[in-house]
Amino acid sequence: MGWLLAGFVFWLVAWRANVWLAAKPRTRATGLLVPTIFGVSIIVIWECVVRGFDINPVLLPAPSVIAVTFATSIPTLWADFVQTAIKGALSGYVIGCGAAFLTAIAIDRFPFLQRGLLPVGNFVAALPIIGMAPIMVMWFGFDWQSKAAVVVIMVFFPMLVNTVEGLQATDHMQRDLMRTYAASYPQTLMKLRLPAAMPFVFNGLKISTTLALIGAIVAEFFGSPIKGMGFRISTEVGRLALDMVWAEIVVAALAGSLFYGGVALLEKAVTFWHPSQRKSR
Amino acid sequence: MRNLFPILTVVAAIFALWYAGSVVLNAPWAYDKAERAGVELTTKDLFADTMSQKKPKLPPPHQVGQEIWKTTGAMVAKGRAFSKRSLIYHSWITLSATLLGFALGTGFGILLSVGIVYNRTMDMSVMPWVIASQTIPILAIAPMIIVVLNAVGISGLLPKAVISMYLSFFPVVVGMVKGLRSPDHMQVDQMKTWNATKGQEFWKLRLPSSMPFLFPSLKVAMAASLVGAIVGELPTGAVAGLGARLLGGSYYGQTIQIWSALITAAVLAAALVGIIGLIQKVVLKRMGMA
Repeated sequence: MGWLLAGFVFWLVAWRANVWLAAKPRTRATGLLVPTIFGVSIIVIWECVVRGFDINPVLLPAPSVIAVTFATSIPTLWADFVQTAIKGALSGYVIGCGAAFLTAIAIDRFPFLQRGLLPVGNFVAALPIIGMAPIMVMWFGFDWQSKAAVVVIMVFFPMLVNTVEGLQATDHMQRDLMRTYAASYPQTLMKLRLPAAMPFVFNGLKISTTLALIGAIVAEFFGSPIKGMGFRISTEVGRLALDMVWAEIVVAALAGSLFYGGVALLEKAVTFWHPSQRKSR
Repeated sequence: MRNLFPILTVVAAIFALWYAGSVVLNAPWAYDKAERAGVELTTKDLFADTMSQKKPKLPPPHQVGQEIWKTTGAMVAKGRAFSKRSLIYHSWITLSATLLGFALGTGFGILLSVGIVYNRTMDMSVMPWVIASQTIPILAIAPMIIVVLNAVGISGLLPKAVISMYLSFFPVVVGMVKGLRSPDHMQVDQMKTWNATKGQEFWKLRLPSSMPFLFPSLKVAMAASLVGAIVGELPTGAVAGLGARLLGGSYYGQTIQIWSALITAAVLAAALVGIIGLIQKVVLKRMGMA
């Protein structure tokens, strides 16, 4: 009962603090503080509810238990991370996005392909491509190569559609201006269209970061060596060792956020000129 | 219509590549068989064999087509459309989880976006976490959700729908927040000069002007919730649903079964997204936006 009360009181205080902070003029500090308080209060309430209701750790372990598991099994988690995120997801991401980027330029060069391939690409991008995972595992074996293959397929079409759209982002005036300068196709591409396409390209890259991790993890459900995040999650769930599963989820969350954040930082550096990057208000 | 010829060309090229691929990938097994039987394989025999293997590495399109027909149309003809061996039955299992998850996700997403637009505290505290929630691979949690809910005694449709919901609420939130904020200052001020209440402002200005943003989000959400439902079927070793067909096919090396489940899922996704597209056309036309 005490734990529940403590959680309730903490929630009230945190919410009041957030209301008070949100009413103040928005600055960088409040913009960071408000979501942080919200996040912390969720974790505290979670801990209090688990202890207060005495919930079985098989169902929902408390954050403190997860933290202990995380700290004690760092070597395992690291091995899983290297196997899934670095070998599987990252290599697939690089290959898939690179291939899609080159294909997009080819499509852009030939209008016929554009009219034919783009609708098909749009269609394929909406399909449950994750279902290709068992086939890729069959073709490329159990190790990370098959995971990378799944990731390549998953990121290819979103990246392709975004890049092609970006390459068309310049308007006629700008392209005509390049023509009056007697610029060749490669020159127009390098100096005008690729820079203009960058916001779209990064949109595709950002969408692909989460897809890559999801693809690599889910592909491991169809067979994997005895390490990897997907393997660990499915086996530990089977043993009802949920604290380990949650530790793995924390790793996935951290990896996903870092990956996304890295691409977002890169985007900021490359497309600093775009209106969406300017400081608003 | 101008686009029809290029699209058909690309589709034809995909089929040609598919056939060529299945010849190349299935050839080693055909050679292997011929060697063990001690016969020389002519090109014609090789071609015939790669087109009709029992467990090919890449089944050619017509084999997949036959399998799909055998498990859908032929089943209907025999009056056993909902037998456990029929893809219609498995599609229905997946579809019901998808639709429930989509409905829940859309409802939750719209409620959340209304809260975010009207409550500054919620905007500042919840919105960053909504975005952060998508940078973690939610599908990784799928097996845990299934097993945990199973342990509490909830199984079947709901756990899968929960995963679908989680995947589909995000696009709806993002689209709706953008949409509900799309009326510009002039329009909001106009409402004020008419002495409109908050409710009137919402129902007569903000909600209608969010519609063009809502529908594209719904399309994404629908595709995402189908993925959620399929992945939700993997971890429990479920016996029914398209995901279960994929998993079963991968256990027993039944490639034709995997491909037919895959194609069915693709058709399902295309149909669902297409239906939303149709509704979008009708609604936006009646609202005078398209």
